[in-house]
Amino acid sequence: MTESLAIRKFSDLANPTRFLAIAERVLPWLAGLCCLLFALGLTLAFTTEGDYQQGDTVRIMYIHVPAAWLSMMCYSVMALSALGTLVWRHPLADVSHKAAAPLGAAFTLVALVTGSLWGKPMWGTWWVWDARLTSVFILFLMYLGLIALNRAMDDPSRAARVSAVLILVGFVNIPIIKFSVDWWNTLHQPASVIRMGGPTIDAEFLRPLIVMALAFTLLFFTLHIMAIRNEIWRRRVATQRRMAARLAGRGD
Amino acid sequence: MTHAFYVLASYGVAAVVILALVIWTVADGRARRRELAELEAAGLRRRSAAPASASTGKTAS
Repeated sequence: MTESLAIRKFSDLANPTRFLAIAERVLPWLAGLCCLLFALGLTLAFTTEGDYQQGDTVRIMYIHVPAAWLSMMCYSVMALSALGTLVWRHPLADVSHKAAAPLGAAFTLVALVTGSLWGKPMWGTWWVWDARLTSVFILFLMYLGLIALNRAMDDPSRAARVSAVLILVGFVNIPIIKFSVDWWNTLHQPASVIRMGGPTIDAEFLRPLIVMALAFTLLFFTLHIMAIRNEIWRRRVATQRRMAARLAGRGD
Repeated sequence: MTHAFYVLASYGVAAVVILALVIWTVADGRARRRELAELEAAGLRRRSAAPASASTGKTAS
């Protein structure tokens, strides 16, 4: 009984009209909470102590690390959506992974640029082709490739199936990014927050980092829901224009 | 502040990219909403949104 209720709830979300109604209700709250968290996070980011070795460059961490987390989380959301397209044929799954790709590309770009700006004063170089940096750069190229592929194909359902296969194949890069710092000798430091044995980072830096990570995550979900809504509207416009053309053709 | 250039450049780049993303998403939504409103004003409506009698999707105007 409970299971059938859960399935029905999930099926409800498959209905784009129902999704639009939920999005309308949820978006203002998400956006408001996101702004609050950003205000708190930025205040903490600039009022907490600098590091005794890194000085104020430690403040770059509060945007670099959340952006890097999101670059991987966004791809994981896309991989789940790709499964939704290929396995469950969920009507919103292909809309979801198409809408997420530009967001993922933007967060990956932020992670790469801020990492480079942090690397120059701390490592003495803007860039090095080590395992972590190279695998994140490949992730950025994959996002761009997926955006290009979706725009190159006119038929959205065909584009969705091809993209879904590519997304799932490309998912192999996510564990490579995560464990690259353990598997290879890299300039990039190993994990210091999400690791066995707990965080090794001081609470002074951990607090703003967690708040900023929450703010970035809420920003992603807010923008993702908005982008899904936009894509549903785009498809409705296309369908109605096709319908209008058909009706006009019949009238001639 | 030590290394002010690197810190401010990082926050500046992040702000520009995130603001561009937000503006692009909001503008895209407004444009699609406008297109839907124009289609509705022209008498075209989704079949599910049309009155029960108008099964062809074309509403009487």
